[in-house]
Amino acid sequence: MHIPDGYLGPYTYIALWIIMIPIWYYAGRKLSSELKSRQVPLLALAAAFSFVIMMFNVPIPGGSTGHAVGAAIIGIVLGPWAAVIAISVALVLQALMFGDGGITAIAANCFNMAVVMPFVAYYAYKFISGGTEITSSRRVIAAAIAGYISLVIASAFTGFEFGIQPILHHTAEGVPLYMPYPLSVTVPAMVLEHVFGFGILEALITALIFAYIQRTDTTLLYGEKSAAQKKKKKNASTA
Amino acid sequence: MDKIIKNFAIGLALLIILAPLGLLAVGETFGEWGPEEVKEKLGFVPPGLEQLSSLWSAPMPDYALPEQGDSMSTAAMTYILSAVLGVVICGGLLYFVGKKVAKD
Repeated sequence: MHIPDGYLGPYTYIALWIIMIPIWYYAGRKLSSELKSRQVPLLALAAAFSFVIMMFNVPIPGGSTGHAVGAAIIGIVLGPWAAVIAISVALVLQALMFGDGGITAIAANCFNMAVVMPFVAYYAYKFISGGTEITSSRRVIAAAIAGYISLVIASAFTGFEFGIQPILHHTAEGVPLYMPYPLSVTVPAMVLEHVFGFGILEALITALIFAYIQRTDTTLLYGEKSAAQKKKKKNASTA
Repeated sequence: MDKIIKNFAIGLALLIILAPLGLLAVGETFGEWGPEEVKEKLGFVPPGLEQLSSLWSAPMPDYALPEQGDSMSTAAMTYILSAVLGVVICGGLLYFVGKKVAKD
């Protein structure tokens, strides 16, 4: 899902930079006002994990290869705004140092994988979990579904960005200047391989890590009160 | 808490060691073809694509050293090296910045 340089024309990649700059700014502000010391190692691990998990290319029938992103579990555990920062850092390094994803397309790739994914995952998880106990097994299912649909939706965004290129940029004779394939090819190509392949992998990873945190320390999860805070609240209500 | 972080770090170390498994997947990725592959498909390279595709020369393209040859063991080693660099740079940067901005 890493769009290289040359596939998106200037209208699209510049538009996505204009969208991403305020998102990064706001995410940075929010992180610096909300981040707790005990979350710092987790934030660092999240970015590192996302970087490495994207190196695990898996083949799917039909000769295509791809990977999970890890963005869903990061969005659920650290919250979507912290996830924006963690995954963006991984994607920028991949583009600059390893040529995975283009320089002009950094904002596009960050939008798809570091914004769409964690936000879709976080809200899907919240919605499916409803008012269930934090230890409920329904939440593991919710995490799995959140992982699955967040990657599929991100792939649809990528397919859409690819597919509008022949409409936006072509010569007078109709020769495409950038991504040559139209929406009718790019969207199904991107979505189907994530529906039948990589989405399942993202779902498994998300559920597995979620279940582990659920069984060890639920206070790590975004929006859950720490034991100390709970105690404080209890004391306040009994006082 | 600390035990969880330790276990996650162990898990991450395992992923780094296993990373070369990601090299075994052969095949193309939709929309990530090089200009030559696009030419094979279409018979031509869209001019904008050709121009922009050479914009940036990454120091370790495709998680390998430039011109490292076809050896699979070299590829596995440079892939692990890339994973280590990624973990150290991403993790290090966020740890450092995180510690600076974190409350309590």
